Amino acid sequence: MNSLLELTGLRYTWPGAEAPIALPDLSLSPGEKVFLYGPSGSGKSTLLALIGGLIAPDAGEIVFSDTRLDTLKPSQRDRFRADHLGIIFQQFNLLPWLDVKANVVLPCQFSPRRARQCGDVADAAVQLLMGMDLESELWSRRADALSVGQQQRVAAARALIGRPDLILADEPTSALDADRRQIFVDLLFEQVEHSASTLLFVSHDQALASRFDRQLSLEDVGE
Amino acid sequence: MRLLTLAWHSLVNRSFAVILTVMTIAFSIGLLVMVDQLRQEVREGFYRSVSGVDLIVGARTAPIQLLLYSVFGVGSATNNIDWETFQELQRQPEVDWAVPMALGDSHQGYRVMGTTRAFFEQFKVGDQEGLVIQYGQPATAVFEDLFEVVIGAQVAKQLGYTLGDEIVLSHGTGRVSLQSHDALPFKVTGVLAPTGTPIDQQLFVSLRAHRALHVGWESGVQRPGAGLDQESARQSADALQPETLTAIFLGLKTRAAVFGLQRRVNEYRVEPLSAIIPGITLQELWRISGVAEQILRVVAALVVLTGLLGMLTVLLTTLNERRREMAILRANGARPHHIAMLLVMEAGLIALAGIVLGVALALMAQWALAPVLLDRLGIYLSLQWPALWQWGVLGGIWVAGLLVALVPASLAYRRTLADGMQVRS
Repeated sequence: MNSLLELTGLRYTWPGAEAPIALPDLSLSPGEKVFLYGPSGSGKSTLLALIGGLIAPDAGEIVFSDTRLDTLKPSQRDRFRADHLGIIFQQFNLLPWLDVKANVVLPCQFSPRRARQCGDVADAAVQLLMGMDLESELWSRRADALSVGQQQRVAAARALIGRPDLILADEPTSALDADRRQIFVDLLFEQVEHSASTLLFVSHDQALASRFDRQLSLEDVGE
Repeated sequence: MRLLTLAWHSLVNRSFAVILTVMTIAFSIGLLVMVDQLRQEVREGFYRSVSGVDLIVGARTAPIQLLLYSVFGVGSATNNIDWETFQELQRQPEVDWAVPMALGDSHQGYRVMGTTRAFFEQFKVGDQEGLVIQYGQPATAVFEDLFEVVIGAQVAKQLGYTLGDEIVLSHGTGRVSLQSHDALPFKVTGVLAPTGTPIDQQLFVSLRAHRALHVGWESGVQRPGAGLDQESARQSADALQPETLTAIFLGLKTRAAVFGLQRRVNEYRVEPLSAIIPGITLQELWRISGVAEQILRVVAALVVLTGLLGMLTVLLTTLNERRREMAILRANGARPHHIAMLLVMEAGLIALAGIVLGVALALMAQWALAPVLLDRLGIYLSLQWPALWQWGVLGGIWVAGLLVALVPASLAYRRTLADGMQVRS
C-alpha cells in the first residue's frame, strides 16, 4: 500500500540558530490515526512547519502522495497546504470576529478543491458541527463567545471540512480537562473516519496514546 | 468577494477605532469639498448678479468698494453723485440704458433702492435675463403713484407681503432703525420673480418718492415739523426732482465701447467719478479672496493627510495583536498576498466610508450655510453634487488611502512569511 506521507532524512536550521535540527523518518498510511509523542523542544514545531509546507528542509525529502513537497515553490506549498491539510492548534484556533459557521467554512474560501469536495459548503459545515456535538444555537455566535472546549471542537470541524487528506493536530487537547479530552478524541476519531482522512496527532499526553493505531515518539531524536 | 467579507467583519470587530478613523477622514474630506463648493457657488452667484451690467458708476472710490455697496449692499457709499451726471451719462451715444440708484433707507433690514421704471424695463441679471414682475402691474405701469413699492421675491416670502399691503420705510440701513418714515407709508404694487441675486432681497421705490421721504431730513435727522404728508407730497410730485444718487448702472449698445466710456467717466471734470466693469472688479475681488481660499485648501489637504496617517496608525497598532489572526488565516490556506490584500481592503473600506460621509457632511454644511449667505449677500446657494473633477480628487484620495495601507500590508506579508504557521501570542 502506498504511503500518504513519507519523511526521510529531514534537517532544518531555523534562521539565527546554530545547529540544524534533525528529524526522524516517518511514514503515514492513508486513513491511519497516528499518535506522535512530542514534548516541547523535541522538534515538534519544526516537523509540523515542514509538513505544513511553511518551511523547506535543508536536506531530506517530504513526499506527499506522489508530490515532492520539499522541492515546491513557496506559493505551490501554500496551495498544497490549502488543498490537502487540516490544521488544529493547541488553542485560539478561531478568528474571534467571525461567527462559528464562518470559521468552519474558512478553508473552503482559500481552496476551491476543498469547496468542491464539500458538495454544498454550508451543508458540510452543518454536518461537521453536528458531528462535533455543537448545538445549532451556537453556530451563529461569535467564536470568542464559546468555551475553550467548544472552540476546539469548532477548530476540528474546520480542519475536516472538504475532506483534506491529512489532519495535523498540534496538542489540541492540552487546554482541556481530562474528561473533555476523551470526549474530544472520540468525536475527532468519528469524524476523521467519516471523511477518510489521515490523522497525525501530536501530544505529550501519553494517556491518550493507546487509542491510536500507531504510536511514535520524537523524543529520542534531535541532536 | 470573500476577502472583502472578511475585511468587513474584521473592521466591524474593531468598530470603535474604525469609526473614529472614518470620522477623521470624513471631516477632512468634508472641509475639502465644502471649501471648493462654496467658492464655486459664491463666485457664480456674484457673477450672476452683475453679468447683465456693463458699467457701474459711483462717486470716486475703490472699485471693489463700489461693486460691493452698489450690488451687494456690503458697506456704504461715502459720497453721492449729482443727478445731472446721470442725465449726462444717459445722453452718451454708447449708452443703451441707464438705471439710477439712490440708497439710504431700509425696511426690516432689507435695503430700499430708489430708482426709475427703467430698472424694471432694462436691468439684466444672469445670462441677459430681464426682470419679471411676477405679481402686480406690468413694468410699464410701475410707480404710477408716488407711494408705490415693488418688492423682491425673498422680501415678499420672508415678510409675507402681498399686493396692497402698506409698509413703512426706515431711515438708515441698519437692521434696527429708530427713525421711520411713518408719515409716508407705501403700498406694495409689485412682487418680482426670484432672480437668485441680491435683487430678491431689496425693495424698490421711485426716485421721487425717495426724495419725498427725505424732505426735511437734509441734516440726517428730521427737523421737527419739516416733513411732508402724502397729499402734499403727491401735489408737489413734479417738483420732487432727485438731487443726488448713490450709483448708476449702465448697459451699453456694444460691449466694445465699455473701455472708452469707462475712461471718459473716470476723467469726468464736473465731479470725481469711478466707473467699473463688474466682471473685472469681481476678478480683483477673487484675487484677494483667492489667498484665503488657497490657505483653506492647503489646511483641508493637510487634514486629509492627517486622516490618512490616523488610519495608518490604527492599522499598524493593531498589526501586533492581529498576528494570531494572520497565523490562523495562514494555517487555513490563506497565502501571504491574501493577508496583505485583507489589510489593503480594510483601508479601502475605511477610506471609502470616510469619503462618502465627508461628501454628505459637505452637503449638510452647504445646506446649513445657504440661509446665511442668502441673508448676508443675497446669493442663493443651491445644493451641489461634487463636480466631476472633484470626484477625481476624491478618487485620488481613496487611492492614496490604499497606498498608505501598503505599509502595514507589506509588514504583514513579510511577517507571515517569517512566522509561518506558529501561533504567537
